[in-house]
Amino acid sequence: MTNRQKYREGMADGVPIALGYFAVAFTLGIVARNAGFSALQAAVCSLTCNASAGQSAVFTLVGAGAGYIEVAVMTLVANARYLLMSCALSQKFAPGSPLLPRMIVAYDITDEVFGISVAQPGYLNPFYTYGAMSVAIPGWAAGTFLGVILGNILPMRVVSALSVGLYGMFLAIIIPPARKDRVIAGVVAVSFLLSGAAAYLPLLRGVSTGVKTIGLTVVIALAAAILFPVGEEGQRHGA
Amino acid sequence: MERNIWLYILVAAGVSYLVRATPLVLIRREITNRTIRSFLYYVPYATLAVMTFPAIVEATQSVWSGLAALWAGIFLAWRGRSLLFVAVAICVVVFGVELVLV
Repeated sequence: MTNRQKYREGMADGVPIALGYFAVAFTLGIVARNAGFSALQAAVCSLTCNASAGQSAVFTLVGAGAGYIEVAVMTLVANARYLLMSCALSQKFAPGSPLLPRMIVAYDITDEVFGISVAQPGYLNPFYTYGAMSVAIPGWAAGTFLGVILGNILPMRVVSALSVGLYGMFLAIIIPPARKDRVIAGVVAVSFLLSGAAAYLPLLRGVSTGVKTIGLTVVIALAAAILFPVGEEGQRHGA
Repeated sequence: MERNIWLYILVAAGVSYLVRATPLVLIRREITNRTIRSFLYYVPYATLAVMTFPAIVEATQSVWSGLAALWAGIFLAWRGRSLLFVAVAICVVVFGVELVLV
């Protein structure tokens, strides 16, 4: 498949992501407005940060009058899971492939764009990710911009319905491989269980969602790696 | 101290990019350690599953509409429906359930 076709394919897969982003970013825009951001500032923040949890932390902290260092540390914590995703994605590039595509793809390592990129068969053609980014990033920024301007005009019913779109995409990424591979199915099931437990255990109440996500991911993926190491025959790239 | 929102954005953007680019730029070779390879293989499934539940139940106005969306999403994805189809379908499920419940 040519780069052009891969770019188109990426754009097509980016459409549902952009739609989901638009809805989430819209609600994020409301948070930004409450923190004193203009529509332009919030949109630029979305264009340059591409992170729901990270940006929501930034908006909240700035609104609360935090300093620059606090914002830097919180951004790091809220986005630390992308560090893991970036490691995983590094193995999807052909060994010794040039630097520039890696640097461009890195710009939009989000849960969703990472999810569809890592699910590509074989080595990743970066043009696929470029295509997805070219749709997803504007959707994210436009949603934030309109969220600041339009605030609470959308009916609560609609916001509520739109807010699950992202999770639908996550499920569409993880469930089909889980059907084929019982270990992945187990990883998904255990992740659901422990994540649910972590959310409702009083002991972990004060721990932020970002930290829980990283902690659980590391523990579960490491346990699976030790108990069920992946075979040598290119199984990794078949993910 | 005078607070400048643009400076906050610059800080957040810089940190966000460094977190994402550092491993991708530094790890240029195929990792041969089997445990690390296996770990990275399982990371996306664990992390996406952790982020989906219970967040999906908390995103909606009612726990029941969230649970219905989760169930419908798993069912449709199991049947091999596309990303867009699953995403839109479960939005519709939430809207429908909340018309009755909320």
